[in-house]
Amino acid sequence: MIVIEGPDSSGRSTHIQLLAEWLEQNGYPVTQVGLKRSKLVGRDLERAKGGNVLSPRTMSLFYATDFYDQLENAIVPALRAGSVVLADRYIFTLMARDIVRGADLDWLAELYSKAIVPDAVFYFLVSNRTLVDRTLSAHGVLDYWESGMDLGISRDWFVSFVRYQQRIRAEFKKLQAHYAFDPISANRTIPTIHNELKERITRVLRKAYPTHPIPSTTGPDHVS
Amino acid sequence: MLDATMPGILVAVEGLDGSGKSTQIRLLNQWMVGLRLRVHFTEWNSSELVKGATRRGKKAQLLTPTTFSLIHATDFADRYERQILPMLRAGYIVLCDRYYFTSFARDGVRGCDSRWLRNNYGFARTPDFTLYFRLPLEMALNRILEGRPRLKWFEAGMDLDLSPDISESFRMFQGMVVEQYDRLAEEFKFTVVDATRNVYEQQQWIRSLISRHVDLSQFRTRVPRSH
Repeated sequence: MIVIEGPDSSGRSTHIQLLAEWLEQNGYPVTQVGLKRSKLVGRDLERAKGGNVLSPRTMSLFYATDFYDQLENAIVPALRAGSVVLADRYIFTLMARDIVRGADLDWLAELYSKAIVPDAVFYFLVSNRTLVDRTLSAHGVLDYWESGMDLGISRDWFVSFVRYQQRIRAEFKKLQAHYAFDPISANRTIPTIHNELKERITRVLRKAYPTHPIPSTTGPDHVS
Repeated sequence: MLDATMPGILVAVEGLDGSGKSTQIRLLNQWMVGLRLRVHFTEWNSSELVKGATRRGKKAQLLTPTTFSLIHATDFADRYERQILPMLRAGYIVLCDRYYFTSFARDGVRGCDSRWLRNNYGFARTPDFTLYFRLPLEMALNRILEGRPRLKWFEAGMDLDLSPDISESFRMFQGMVVEQYDRLAEEFKFTVVDATRNVYEQQQWIRSLISRHVDLSQFRTRVPRSH
């Protein structure tokens, strides 16, 4: 079970795609999961976020429902079947977001206490400058929730975005004291980051599957 | 007015299906409305927010004990933060048809960890009155089963594989739930209502209990009648 955490536009999904190709080319089946993807509540959650009706506590529990649905109906069966699970964000993003909105760490830790401990968590660290540039060039617009507009930090979306992302980063740093993350500097080029991830994941695979041959860390071709 | 006090009163009813608790709390609500008190009534699992998901989950039998529990917690949080808590802060009497004890009892039977369950609902205030409608299991079962109802899959505990026969499964499930309720009654000091008595007597008993413990004149509505 491998998790990639990090803000939007930090390159998470690009790298998950590349890792999935690499793993499958090396014979490891991959199952991908992420936030808001549960069959049970994924769509309802998306819709609810569109309105202004969710209190922070309700949002926490709604996301927890979405998470546990995927844990029990996708992650656990996939791991049992011998698949590598690549998670595009996990409970840590959910916890950091909730803490920024006033939730209590102990309450959250117990809420998510039935989650599976990942074999590796890679946390993508991006400088504010890079994050702003990437977000704006990719979407042309700032996202309401990713800018923390619900927190009333500032009426200025840009200011709110920067401050909110700083707060999230600070919470991740605190969470690191409880849960082990591997920080990945995501300000670098895609191939550089991809190679580093492959190296680190190779170590994880070697531990999980001691009898398997070591996967090749070259390719896919389009990354170089 | 904006300090942390909660001058409101929280009343919850709990008990098996068929124990008559919904009838009683409806009558209690009517009585208070008639007295022109500030009163608000809310039901378990009634938030618009998760309705679609609950329906879909139940229909497709997608729900596990964990997600079944969490979806109810989400529903509860939504009602708690937008209705129950503001009402209590504003000095209302809030009547709840089922409270978190329903989850403790049912989800406990389904194997959810009791510490986890209590933590999930840890944000909510304990009711001032938890009225537990107690009656022999057979009596509750008969009230439900004699109407030959179409029992619902989850309500009958069919997910627990107790019996392939839905009525039998319902019996066994309710029996397990009542054990949980009895344990909770002791721990949380529920007020036990003898649900074998007739509807009228029970209601008089409850009204007199509330009147004895609460100064109802404090809850008179401040809004003049419109007619």
